[in-house]
Amino acid sequence: MPWRLLRFALSNKHPEPRMFTRHDTLKPAYDVVIIGGGGHGLAAAYYLARDHGITNVCVLEKGYLGGGNTGRNTTIIRSNYLTPEGVKFYDESVRLWQDLSTDFDLNLFYSNRGHFTLAHTDAALRTSRWRAEVNKHFGIESEVVGPEAVKKAAPMIDLSCGGHAPILGALYHAPGAVARHDAVAWGYGRGADLRGVEIHQRTEVLGIDVVGGKVTGVRTNRGNIATGKVLCAVAGSTPRVLDMVGIRSPIYVHPLQAMVSEPVKPWLDPILVSGSLHVYISQSARGELVMGASLDPYEVQSTRSTFDFPEGLSAHMLDMFPFLSNVKVMRQWAGMADMTPDFAPIMGRTPVEGFYLDGGWGTWGFKATPVCGKTMSYTVANDRNHDLITGFTLDRFRNFELTGEKGAASVGH
Amino acid sequence: MRLPPQSGEWIDRSQPLNFRFEGRAYTGFEGDTVASALWASGVSMLGHSFKYHRPRGILSAANHDVNALMQAGGTPNVRADATPLEAGMALTAVNTFGTLERDAGRFLGGFARFLPVGFYYKAFHSKRLFPLWERMFRAMTGLGRVGFATPRLRTPKRYGFCDVLVVGGGPSGLNAALAAAEQGADVVLVDEHARLGGSTHGASDLVDQVTAHPRIRVFTDTFAAGYYADHWVPLVERDRITKMRARAVVVAAGAYEQPAVFRNNDLPGIMFATAAQRLIRRYAVRPAQRVVVLAANADAYRALEAFIDAGIEVAAVIDLRDDVPADQQSVLAALRIPLHTGHCIVEALPANDGKRVAAVRVAAVGAPAPATNITCDGVFMSVGWAPAAPLLYQAGTKMRYDDGVHQFVPDTLPDGVFACGRVNGIHTPAARLLDGERAGSAAAAHCGFGTMKAISVPAEMESPTHPWPIVSHPKGKNFIDFDEDLQLADLENAIQEGFDNIELMKRYSTVGMGPSQGKHSNMNALRVLARATGSTPGEVGTTTARPFFHPVPMSHLAGRGFTPERRTPMHALHTAAGAVWMPAGVWQRPEYYAIAGQSRSKCIEGEAMAVRSGVGLIDVGTLGKLEIRGPQAAEFLERVYISKYAGLKVGMTRYAVMCDESGVVIDDGVVARLADDHFYFTTTTSGAALIYRELSRWNTLWKLDCGIVNLTGAMAAMNLAGPKARAVLAGLTDVDLSFPYLAVREGTVAGVPARLMRVGFVGEWGVEIHVPAEHGAAVWDALMAAGQAHGIRPFGVEAQRLLRLEKGHLIIGQDTDGLTTPGEAALDWAVKMDKPFFVGQRSLQAIAGKPRRQQLVGFMLPAGHAGDAPKECHLVIDNGDIAGRVTSIAWSPSLSRHIGLAYVQSGMAAVGNTLTIRLSDGSLVTAEVVKTPFYDPDNLRQKETT
Repeated sequence: MPWRLLRFALSNKHPEPRMFTRHDTLKPAYDVVIIGGGGHGLAAAYYLARDHGITNVCVLEKGYLGGGNTGRNTTIIRSNYLTPEGVKFYDESVRLWQDLSTDFDLNLFYSNRGHFTLAHTDAALRTSRWRAEVNKHFGIESEVVGPEAVKKAAPMIDLSCGGHAPILGALYHAPGAVARHDAVAWGYGRGADLRGVEIHQRTEVLGIDVVGGKVTGVRTNRGNIATGKVLCAVAGSTPRVLDMVGIRSPIYVHPLQAMVSEPVKPWLDPILVSGSLHVYISQSARGELVMGASLDPYEVQSTRSTFDFPEGLSAHMLDMFPFLSNVKVMRQWAGMADMTPDFAPIMGRTPVEGFYLDGGWGTWGFKATPVCGKTMSYTVANDRNHDLITGFTLDRFRNFELTGEKGAASVGH
Repeated sequence: MRLPPQSGEWIDRSQPLNFRFEGRAYTGFEGDTVASALWASGVSMLGHSFKYHRPRGILSAANHDVNALMQAGGTPNVRADATPLEAGMALTAVNTFGTLERDAGRFLGGFARFLPVGFYYKAFHSKRLFPLWERMFRAMTGLGRVGFATPRLRTPKRYGFCDVLVVGGGPSGLNAALAAAEQGADVVLVDEHARLGGSTHGASDLVDQVTAHPRIRVFTDTFAAGYYADHWVPLVERDRITKMRARAVVVAAGAYEQPAVFRNNDLPGIMFATAAQRLIRRYAVRPAQRVVVLAANADAYRALEAFIDAGIEVAAVIDLRDDVPADQQSVLAALRIPLHTGHCIVEALPANDGKRVAAVRVAAVGAPAPATNITCDGVFMSVGWAPAAPLLYQAGTKMRYDDGVHQFVPDTLPDGVFACGRVNGIHTPAARLLDGERAGSAAAAHCGFGTMKAISVPAEMESPTHPWPIVSHPKGKNFIDFDEDLQLADLENAIQEGFDNIELMKRYSTVGMGPSQGKHSNMNALRVLARATGSTPGEVGTTTARPFFHPVPMSHLAGRGFTPERRTPMHALHTAAGAVWMPAGVWQRPEYYAIAGQSRSKCIEGEAMAVRSGVGLIDVGTLGKLEIRGPQAAEFLERVYISKYAGLKVGMTRYAVMCDESGVVIDDGVVARLADDHFYFTTTTSGAALIYRELSRWNTLWKLDCGIVNLTGAMAAMNLAGPKARAVLAGLTDVDLSFPYLAVREGTVAGVPARLMRVGFVGEWGVEIHVPAEHGAAVWDALMAAGQAHGIRPFGVEAQRLLRLEKGHLIIGQDTDGLTTPGEAALDWAVKMDKPFFVGQRSLQAIAGKPRRQQLVGFMLPAGHAGDAPKECHLVIDNGDIAGRVTSIAWSPSLSRHIGLAYVQSGMAAVGNTLTIRLSDGSLVTAEVVKTPFYDPDNLRQKETT
C-alpha cells in the first residue's frame, strides 16, 4: 500500500485541501475569458497559466466542471488517424496524456489497453491498411492484424459475429488507452486554480460584445466582464456561442449516446471498435462495460436518450459477445456532438479579433484534451495559430482545404 | 422463521422448492423470492458489500437490495430480493474471495481509514507502478462473473398501445387505473411486483375491481424501464419487452423508503419497516424476534400492529421527532411499547459472528452520550421517503422540494403526464386513493374520455419524512450509500475538497452510481451537501435520473436480433453453381464460383478469361435501380448528376456521376432514357438506399413535376458479356442485337419483358439485362442453358473487379474516398460546368481555381516483378514523404502484369513517371505510370456492333 494513504489514517481531519477555490463574484475584467469548463477549456486555462504566465483568466461554466462531453464520452484515447495533420496532432496528445497523472499528482487511471478497430469487410480492411501505413510513416504503432490476433486479445469473442459479419482482421493500435474522464477535468481545474485562474461554475454566458470586429466583453447571468480575448470551448453548444459573435460555421449538432452495464468481474482487456456493427466497448476499472455506437442520424440539440439506442447496440454487442445475454445495462445517456463536414475540428483564430474557437469536436474531443489545451493556449497567448492546428482552421471550409478524417473519426471515438 | 399462514400471502405452501446457496441446501416455497426463502431459513447474511466486504442482508425486499446480488450459474448480479425462487437453483454471493463465510476480502474493512473517498485518485499513479496497481484493482473490482457458456438468448419484443398507462399498482395507481377506465379509456396498469396492491395491505377489493375491469390490462412482474419522448415506455417483463405507446402516462410509482444513517446501519437485521411488512405479509417470514423500531412518521405506527401480530417483540420505538402526535403515541400505549421521542440510534452493535445486529445504542438527538443499549436482532427503519420519480424526470417534469413533506414533488408536469400518490407527495392512505382517482380522471380526460373530476386532495398534516435522519459518529461506518460503501465522512470530505455541487459530489464520491442508482442514497447525500453548503435541498437539486429504472438484460434489449440480409432472385442458382459468398452492404453476392481442385485465384482468373475469350454472366441485381417519370424528370437528373441528360436521346444511356454539395464524388451509375419523360437509372450497390433517400429529399425540396420509384428489389439484373455473348442471346430475344453501344432497348428475353442496355464495364461486348425479379431465375437459367454450347461461365465480384480494372474503371468508395472530387478521379470529362445548376457545382467552381491536390493514375509493375506486390492502400512515397496511395491492384492475366490505380500528387501523374510504393514491411517497389485503359485502350471490343 502506498505510504501516501497513511496520512489519511493518521489524521483526524481529512487532510486534503479544496481542489477548486470558490469565487463569489466575477471581477470586472480579465485578460482572457474561457467559455466552457470542460476538459478543453480547463486545459487551455491550465497551460495559459503554466506555460504562458497568463493567470488573469476566468473559466465560465454554465453547469458544473466536466459536465458536458468531458463527462459523457467513452474515454478512448488513440492517435491512429488517417491524415498527416490528424496523426501528428493526436500523437502529441497521447504523449501529453501519458505524463498527465504525474503532472497533476492525481491518478487519472490512464490505462493503456490496446485498441482494435475490427474490419468485417474488404473495404474496412483496406481503410485499416491505409491508416496503419500513414501511422507507421509518422512512427505510430499501428498495424493490420488477422482475426487470430483479435481472438488472442479477446478470447471470448465470436469471430463470426453471429455469422453475418465475420471479422476479417483489424487495425491494432497498441497505445490505445482509456482514462477516468471526470478526473481529467478536475486535474486541469485544480492545476489552473492553483496558478490563479478563476473557475466560475453555474455561470452562463448570455452574450459577447464585439465592437469594430474586436471582442470587448462577455455578458453573463452573474454580471458583465470586460476582456479582449475569449476562447470558446463549448462542444455541442458551439453554434449558439458562434451566433453571439456573428460567425457562421458548417457545424451541425447530432446527439451521441452511450450506455454502461452493471459491474461485472473484468474479462475484457482491450478496447474494441467495430464500424460495421456500430459498437465500441471497453471495460472500466469499476468493472462496467462502457459501450457506444454511432451518432444519432438526425440533428437535435438535446441530451435526451432514446430507447432504440440500447436496443440496437445490445443486438450488436450480442453478435460479438453472445454470452452477455444475461448481463444487464444499467444506465444510458447522451451528449451533443458538434460535427463538421470533414470530421476534423475547427480551431484557432477567427474573423472576430480576440475570439478563438476550439470546436467541431464531434465525437472525438476527449482524446485531444491535452493537445487542445496546449495549442489553444499558445494561440490565445500569441494571437497566432499554433503550427499543429493550421490544418484545422475555420477558413478551410471557405477555401476548400478540407482535412479528410471521415474514415478514421467516424465510429472511432 | 416461517410464520403461520397469513391472509393473502404470496407463497404456495404445497409447493416446496429445494435450492442451494453457498453450497448449502435450503427449502423455500413457490412464490418466495430467493431472499425471503433464505431469510425464512435463518440466513441473514446474503452478501458482502462492494468495497469493505461487510455482511449485508435484506434492506428493502423491493428490488433495491444490491448488496444481495447473486451469481446463478452463468448469470451475474441476480437480485435476491426480487428474483422468484426456482427449484434447483444454485446460488452464490457475488464479489467474494473464497466463500461468503470465508471471504478473504473481509480484511478490507480494517483498512477503511486508509481508503477515504477518492483515495484512488491520490495514489498508485507512478508511471512505472500503475500497471501493477491497476491489475490489482481489476482483480478486486466488479460484482458477478460473466458466464462465457451463456448462449445468445433471443427474447421477443412487441408493441403495445393504450390510452392511459399507469405505472405502479399501489392504492393510488389502482384507483387511477379504475378512474381512467371508468371514464372510457383503454388502460394499462404495470407493477414490478408479482401482485398488485403496492407495499400496503388491504387493497384487495380495489385489486379485484381493477383485475376484473374489461378496459384495464394488467402487467405484473413488469417494470417501466424509462420514459422516452411521446409517452413511449418500454415495459420489461421477465422474458419479453413490450414497447408501450400511451396517450397519457400516470406515474404512481410510489416512493423508496429511506434509511437512517448511524454507525453500523448496514448490519443484517436492520431493514426498512416496509421490508419487514413485505416479509411478513407476502412471504410469511418473521423478519426478527425482538426489534427496535426507528420512527419518524405515521407509517411506523401504522405498521406496529402487523409486527405484533407476527409475534415480534417490539423492544422500543425510537422516534427522531420531539413531538409525536397523540394518535401515534396512543398506539404505543395500547401495545405497551416504550417510546423514546427525540431520540436516535447512535450505533448498532453486531453479534459476535458479525453477521447480524445484536443491540443498538440509543441516545437523545444531538447528544450522543449517555446512550442506552437495547438488545435486538432487528431494527425496522421508518424515517422517510424519496419519490420514485425517474420517469417523471425523464419526461421533463420540473420538480420542487416541498418543505411540508420534505421531499421533491412534481411542480410542472409535461403535457399528458400525471403523478399521484407518494411520488406526488401524498402519503396518507385515504388521500392516496383520492389522488389516484384525480390523476386517473385527468389522464382519461386528456385523452378525450369524459371530463376531469374536480377532486381536492388534502395536504399532508405532518411530514412523512424526517429532514435529517443522519447521525454522525467519530468511528464512521455510518453508511449513506450501501452500493458503494460510502460513509457520512466520505461525502463530507468530498465536499471539503471542493466537490460541492450535487453532480460533482456524485462523480467524485460515486454516490448513487452503483446498481441501485442511488435509490436509497441520493436523498441523504443531497441533505448532507445542503447542510454543508448552507443551502436547502431545493437549491442543491438532484442529479439527472437516467434510464433505466432497473438494469435491463442485454438479451431483452437486443430482442430477436434480426439481421436482414438481401438476396437476389438467382441466389439459389449461384449456390448450386458453387458460389462463395461475400457481403456487399445488406446483400450477399458471389465472390467467385468454386471449382473442385482449383484455387480461389485460379477460379477468378478462369472466370475473367471466360469473359475475355468466350462469354460470362454476372448477377448485378444488387445495383440500385430507380425509375423517374414526369415532365421534369430530365431537369431533375440534370440537377443531381454532374453530366447532362436533357439532351440524351430516347433509347440511349449515359454514365452518371453524383457529387455531394462539397463536390465530392459519392455515387455512379447509368441513366437510360426510355421516353422523353421516363428514365431508368442505376446506382452503386452500397449506395442504393442512401441515394434513393437523398434523391427523394431533393425531390421534396425542389417540388419538380416528376416522381421517383425504387425498383431495386423489383427488378433482377444480369450482365452477359464476352465475344460470344451476342450468339448466346440471339436465340432468346426479339430485340435486334445490332443496336449500338450505350443504347437501351425494350423487348423480351426468354419470353420475359426485359430492358437491355449495351454497357462496357468489363470491356467486352455486353448487355445488361433487367427483368422483373420474379423472372430473374428463369432468365438466368435460359441464358446459362443457351451459353452451354459457347462455354459460358458465371462470374463473381472478384472477376468483375479485375476486368473493370483492366479497363481502368473506378469503383466508388474503393478508388475514391470522402474527399475525392471528379477531377482527382479523372472524371473531368463528365463534369458539365455550363449547366445552370447541379449539386456540388458551386464547390467544384471554387475547387477549379485551386491547384489539384492529387490525381488518380494507372500504373504497372515492371514485367517479371518478383516478390510481394503492393496491396491496396499501400502508400506512394516521394522523397520520404507520403505522396499518394494505391487504391486498386491486381494481377492481370490478359496482360501478364500487375496493374493498378493510385492517387499521386499532381506533379507525379505524367505517363511514364516512376512511382515508389512502400509495402507493409517497409520494402519499396517501383511502378510506372501508364495510360488507361490497360486493356483494349481504344475500347473497340465493347463498342463493336457486328
